[in-house]
Amino acid sequence: MNPALRQFLLRHGGVVRLGVVVLLLIGWEIAARWFVDPMFISPPSRVLLSLGTVWHTSGVPAALRLTLFELAAAFAIAVAIGLTVGLAVGLQPFARHSLMPIILLLYGLPQITILPLFILYFGIGPASKIAFGVTHGMFPIMIAIVAGVQNLKPILLVSARSMGASRWQILRWVIFPHMIPSLFAGMRLGMSGALLGVLLAELYVSTNGIGHFTTMFTENFDPTKLFGLVAILAAMAIVLNEIVRRAETRFSRWR
Amino acid sequence: MARRGERASSLGSRAVQVGFLLGILALWYLATNRWGVNRLLLPNPIAVWQQLLDVLKSGEYLPDLRITLTELVAAFALSMTLGTIVGFFVSRTRYTIRVFDPLFAGIYSIPIILFLPLYVLFFGLGPASKIALGATISFFPIVMSTIAGFGNVDRTLVTAAKSMGASDYQLFRYVLVPAALPVILSGLRMGFTIALLAIIGSEVIASLAGLGHHIVQLAEGMDMARMFAYIAFVVMIAALLNAAVSFLEARGRRRI
Repeated sequence: MNPALRQFLLRHGGVVRLGVVVLLLIGWEIAARWFVDPMFISPPSRVLLSLGTVWHTSGVPAALRLTLFELAAAFAIAVAIGLTVGLAVGLQPFARHSLMPIILLLYGLPQITILPLFILYFGIGPASKIAFGVTHGMFPIMIAIVAGVQNLKPILLVSARSMGASRWQILRWVIFPHMIPSLFAGMRLGMSGALLGVLLAELYVSTNGIGHFTTMFTENFDPTKLFGLVAILAAMAIVLNEIVRRAETRFSRWR
Repeated sequence: MARRGERASSLGSRAVQVGFLLGILALWYLATNRWGVNRLLLPNPIAVWQQLLDVLKSGEYLPDLRITLTELVAAFALSMTLGTIVGFFVSRTRYTIRVFDPLFAGIYSIPIILFLPLYVLFFGLGPASKIALGATISFFPIVMSTIAGFGNVDRTLVTAAKSMGASDYQLFRYVLVPAALPVILSGLRMGFTIALLAIIGSEVIASLAGLGHHIVQLAEGMDMARMFAYIAFVVMIAALLNAAVSFLEARGRRRI
């Protein structure tokens, strides 16, 4: 190999990574075009070209909007609950010792087993998806906040108090800034939890969300549209992850 | 004195925990017996308990349990073999780690459950799609922890072993594996847990048999007390499996 090229590749791992992805896509393209039944798989080039038609399939944009709305609602509620419970449990050593094991126990339960109950209580509309997203998203946030508050140095609290800070001032100027990094770490985990919960509930049963369309495309043996929809959702998930991750690094910079 | 105070507060914590559970049970009982919550929404706890005993006694869960466990074992065997082998080869040079590690991390950040419809399309509604999905989902934590484990072995250990004339096999067996094992084991435990979740999840969403499927069947038949009992049973099985894996992990760590 040309030494200059070799140097370039050694320095830029990202280019090689991209090359690996492109190779995989080419392999998939060849397999899908000539070797596998077109009922089941569709080459990436066709999927890419069909993204437009997926977008224009009646109901798909509305379904994506609905899923995004469910996710946003679930995430907001999960953050509110996680923050409140996390602070209430984390700031009191006694509450932490007694309630933390219960939170960890609940977090460890396989929630997927009670998904049918959510449908029963909240119906097959958006409410059940939001509720399932909330229960998946709130525990990581709670646990991260309890851990973050726990790491607070007692001397900071004592000195703030001895300088005459009020309760609110302590919360605002001591506890809150210290909590920010763990809050965002928790929010990142909570976001992927909420997304998982919403998607699971969507896939289980839904009347007009994306779950409905994935089922429809699968049952119609229309892999091009199915791959397209899944690709759109995956892109959405990556973007959301990236937003929360950027926010995390940005807001924990003061340390 | 301090110790005594600690003891008292840990007793207090226990009391709060027990009180919490008893409170929930009491609320549940009162809601169904006194406040007249619909049986179809919330079955009586005593009825659930009887159903649970019946489920355990009748052994009707055996076929479902066998299917779910087979799927789990197959999926985990696949992801464990592939994950540790791929992880080992990626970890051999810093360069391959730099190229491939972000790739795995990136894919892992996508909720893979999204691809469930594709898996059903390829592998059908039977166990094959569950095995494939469980293997895919658990592959990533295993491969990433294998890379982390082998990639972070202390260089001096490797150099020392080499300078003392260790063969490749001896280097692998007595230096690399013991140094990397703790990290790999925790990756394997994580992989096992999420493989179990993925398999029960895909059974709930689309399947013909298995523990998750049975829960849905009972839900659709509105057989609430039995369904609650079955959920409790599945949760117990999951807890037992996770405890067993944690035990094995701790033992593996001690063995090194």
